[in-house]
Amino acid sequence: MSITFNKVNYFYQMNSPFQHQALHDINLEIKDHSFTAIIGHTGSGKSTLVQQMNALLKPSTGFIDVDGRQITADTSNKNLKVLRQHVGMVFQFPENKLFEETVKKDVMFGPLNFGMGEAKAEAQAIKLVKEVGLDSDILERSPFELSGGQMRRVAIAGVLASDPQTLILDEPTAGLDPRGRNEIMELVQKLHQEQGKTIILVTHQMEDVAKYADQVIVMDEGQVEKIGSPQEVFSNIEWLQKHHLELPQTTQFAISMQKKGFSFPDHLPLNEDELAIELAKQIDVEGSGELG
Amino acid sequence: MDKFIFGRFIPGESWVHKMDPRAKLLISFFFILLVFFANNVMSYVLVFAVLISSILLSGVSLGFFIKGIRPLLWLMVFTVIIQILFGAGGHVYWSWGWISITQQGVISAVYILLRFLAIIMMSTLLTLTTQPLQIADGVEELLKPLKKIHFPVETLALMLSLALRFVPTLMDEATKIMDAQRARGVDFGSGGVKQQVKTVVPLLIPLFVSAFNRASDIAIAMEARGYKDGLNRTKYRELRWRKQDSISGLIYVVAGVVLLFIRN
Ligand SMILES: Nc1ncnc2c1ncn2[C@@H]1O[C@H](COP(=O)(O)OP(=O)(O)OP(=O)(O)O)[C@@H](O)[C@H]1O
Ligand SMILES: [Mg+2]
Repeated sequence: MSITFNKVNYFYQMNSPFQHQALHDINLEIKDHSFTAIIGHTGSGKSTLVQQMNALLKPSTGFIDVDGRQITADTSNKNLKVLRQHVGMVFQFPENKLFEETVKKDVMFGPLNFGMGEAKAEAQAIKLVKEVGLDSDILERSPFELSGGQMRRVAIAGVLASDPQTLILDEPTAGLDPRGRNEIMELVQKLHQEQGKTIILVTHQMEDVAKYADQVIVMDEGQVEKIGSPQEVFSNIEWLQKHHLELPQTTQFAISMQKKGFSFPDHLPLNEDELAIELAKQIDVEGSGELG
Repeated sequence: MDKFIFGRFIPGESWVHKMDPRAKLLISFFFILLVFFANNVMSYVLVFAVLISSILLSGVSLGFFIKGIRPLLWLMVFTVIIQILFGAGGHVYWSWGWISITQQGVISAVYILLRFLAIIMMSTLLTLTTQPLQIADGVEELLKPLKKIHFPVETLALMLSLALRFVPTLMDEATKIMDAQRARGVDFGSGGVKQQVKTVVPLLIPLFVSAFNRASDIAIAMEARGYKDGLNRTKYRELRWRKQDSISGLIYVVAGVVLLFIRN
């Protein structure tokens, strides 16, 4: 059970003067229970790529296999509910898509559409509003009275309420304050670790990639430029610059340390923990050297 | 919203594209007038000959015009049916109570259909070959004389250009909202009427919210830059009336005169 792309090409507005190829010959695999980050320059096709995964867009040529179900250009728009319940999708700026009178009703909207019973959906709403870090007295309020960050959480709860096995998040933390960003990323990590959900995260935050992902897909101009572990992707600095990508902050910091004479024998640290361990090791070695 | 063609501009270098928007607006209105004067086979042939040659001259493929008609299809079908059932006169083919299908009814239904087609295709030609802002500029210039009677021409033109400018933006927004609701299990365009009406709410409410937010953002941005109406602004884009515009206008006038002769 996984998601695979086979020679997928995608054109926006096929057969019109505005035709534009947004995906070129995509081949990739996303394994069950993995945490995949998709990075790339603005307009590189990340959103287009992830929308193929629950058939909101269908490949112009080639096919996609989602948990044994094939999606091609000819796949009918009917009977996609099972797939879409399975593969949940949090869009860019999901707070702009709220519409119900109360938060509770909005969170229940997805589950009810997917055929969950009223009572179960309500229980899910109550549970998830708490899980995304909101007070439960928010349930009866109008979603339009909330702050942007709160609305974002409500929208995320609305997708999680359908209990998707695979969760796609398209820049879920864009425009949030650092604390809000952390809280959302911790929630995603929890879903991944405790419930074994497959996570696909589109992001411009290299720190999050370094900290959470076990596979990174680098997109550029509609093509997959590289697939690998964060370690592999962040090892070649010149290559990253060529593709308009940044290093995680910790790695940037480590490089400045290197310029001052520090050395990292194994590899450059990608996050604070790795850096701390490495520093502790080296300081320790020096310390014991002095003693001896 | 790939299907929706109204209000879309298709770039090109044709004679029609290069015409002054004022000329195109005047010609389009004149053409619509002609359509209402046409009342027999010959006059409709003339109207369509003029229309089709204009379309060919624009170099825009006919497919776009057919797409332009689609959204109005039901309105056309409805009007035609009403005409057939309630138009009276001439030979009676079939009747039931006060409903009857008569020769005159069928003929006027066909004429109404042709009028619809001609008018829709001409306005589609105008919007396909003229950038929205040019249309707004053209309207403003044409309405200038009304300023004498204190008609707020500039404000109207501004409203028009803002509205035209944001049609595509709103369409994109609508697509995004629909996609997000699909991901939450909404089936747009399937199921019974009741089902379909229900799917309108999750689309329209977010769309209105975003339109209002955008409108207030624009208002604030304009105020912040000191916008005030009635200041007699000069234009960055100047309209130029050229020889082609006069020639095209003349051709349409000649066609109009001919039409007056061949109509009943
Ligand atoms: N509805 C559409 N019609 C036509 N072209 C589109 C449409 N949506 C996106 N594109 C084009 O497809 C390409 C990829 O867009 P996409 O939204 O997938 O980029 P992205 O990687 O998600 O960018 P960002 O980081 O800004 O979100 C872009 O060149 C964009 O202009
Ligand atoms: Mg995107």
